[in-house]
Amino acid sequence: MRTILFLLQKEFLQIFRNRLMLPVIFVLPLVQLLILVHAATLEMKKIDLVVVNRDLSTWSGRLAQKFTASPFFRVQDAGNNQEAAQELLRKGQADMVMVIPAGFERNMMREGEESVQWLVDAINGTTAGLSYAYASAILADFHRELLQETGYSAGMDLPSGINVRERYWYNPKLNYKIFMIPGIMVLLVTIIGMFLSALNLVREKELGTIEQINVTPIRKYQFIIGKLIPFWVIALFDLSVGLTIGYFLFNMPILGSLPVLFAFASLYLMVILGLGLFISTMASNQQQVMFIGFFFIIVFILMSGIFTSTETMPAWARTVNIINPLAYFMRVIRMIILKGSGLTDIGREMIAIGIYAVLAMGLAVWRYRKVT
Amino acid sequence: MAAHNTPVIDVKEMTKTFGSFVANDRLTFRVERGEIFGFLGANGAGKTTAVRILCGLSAPTSGQITVAGYDVWTQSEQIKRNIGYMSQRFSLYEDITVYENIRLFGGIYGLSRRQIRERAGELLGRLGLENQRDTLIASLPLGWRQKLAFSIAIIHRPGIVFLDEPTGGVDPITRRQFWDLIYETAQSLITVFVTTHYMDEAEYCDRLCVMDEGRIVAMDTPYRLKQQYGAQDMNEVFIKIARKEI
Repeated sequence: MRTILFLLQKEFLQIFRNRLMLPVIFVLPLVQLLILVHAATLEMKKIDLVVVNRDLSTWSGRLAQKFTASPFFRVQDAGNNQEAAQELLRKGQADMVMVIPAGFERNMMREGEESVQWLVDAINGTTAGLSYAYASAILADFHRELLQETGYSAGMDLPSGINVRERYWYNPKLNYKIFMIPGIMVLLVTIIGMFLSALNLVREKELGTIEQINVTPIRKYQFIIGKLIPFWVIALFDLSVGLTIGYFLFNMPILGSLPVLFAFASLYLMVILGLGLFISTMASNQQQVMFIGFFFIIVFILMSGIFTSTETMPAWARTVNIINPLAYFMRVIRMIILKGSGLTDIGREMIAIGIYAVLAMGLAVWRYRKVT
Repeated sequence: MAAHNTPVIDVKEMTKTFGSFVANDRLTFRVERGEIFGFLGANGAGKTTAVRILCGLSAPTSGQITVAGYDVWTQSEQIKRNIGYMSQRFSLYEDITVYENIRLFGGIYGLSRRQIRERAGELLGRLGLENQRDTLIASLPLGWRQKLAFSIAIIHRPGIVFLDEPTGGVDPITRRQFWDLIYETAQSLITVFVTTHYMDEAEYCDRLCVMDEGRIVAMDTPYRLKQQYGAQDMNEVFIKIARKEI
């Protein structure tokens, strides 16, 4: 225990004397949250829509007007020129083209129906689908207005349809930022924790100072714990900074219990730091650590469910996620913060991450060799 | 020289191979208590490999080896309690101060806070570094750092200290001062095991072991080696050995 204290004293001295480290610890979380929360969004705003109006009637004008009025669309008028509109789509300056055919108003009056053509840039299938869904909603709305005005609904026997009223739970305003903040905090503490600890240990190898440690009667677990605790403290500190920013700047509600969140985060960070140190016991320089670390981190992040739901992933991916520590924390942090889940709701994850922590730490201690 | 009977280092048939490369080929030697024992050889002769094995930093391929009475195969942690080690690769933490380094290693070796304070004061006094107590190692000249590294390596008063090319890159005057420090240490019956490729350093040793391509090619006092090879100084001895004139 005493030995560990001497090691910790040295680590903290080194960290706080390093002019580059302090910005990494204090500024990085701020910047990441402020920028990424705004940038990493799936919300669709300002879809570039080009309208080709071949009808030039009152109604076709009103239809185009409805899109202009919507916050989701940025409308460009191509007049009658479909070629020009398609050219814009090709150049990527437009996301969608709506072609209102000639005779639109007349047919609507007579038949009560008419077709509108949509051309959608579907390189990103998700965006294309969402844009189309928004557009359809506006069209349906427009149709309803027309029916009311022309008195169809009063006199004729129109099916009233099923009236759907949504209530969204846990994030009633469907605020994407509130969904993203906890996710970004997971990334933040993971990257900080894993890379700071791993780079720190391997740097001792590069400088040769680790030899001087290995020639002392120090125990392996003492050395690993001495390397772990400083970055564990820093990562937990950064988590607190993140929560504070989320709460005050983005009005993110914190429904669940903070002690439960921190308890889980503490175990989670042992996994991450353990893995980071494990990587650095195998690597012989900082480049190797970066390459191996990035490989795992990127796979883990993309599979963690930060953007896409893990439940909709194929079965094999869900199986892989059993060993993905990020997937656990991503789920748990959102459950606790946004849903108010308690210890009983996340018990399973807590036990899993606890076992994982023991394994990761064990691996690091086992793989650290005083004798080569 | 050292007339003590129990060898502090006893090596029989020590071999270390890296794949097909034989770094140490059946080395056999003994080092007596209080001796300054030198390993002399060109770069790549296998000196560093041998020291690393004796310190428990590297596992031998085969051989019977005891250091301070402990077996390197099974008791490497006991060995580590009883030795000091300073290597050519610079071994103090450069981004913390002189005193912080002393405190760290004193702490790791289990000295009490009071012992650390006392020995730090003593050590800084002996080296004349009292005013540098709170200087970062990075801003100390190389010669001072090496003296400091040596003194910290023996902060826990070990029976043996291993020095792996301790004076690499410093001028002859600083080297001379460093050796004064080694002599002082050896007087307090610490055994000094040193590797070098500087011939003037070889002259300072009580006994020398000359290595070439992983093998011991000569072992004796500098005086007798010179006699044996009919040489004026160690440099000549070394060149004759290297050219395999005998």
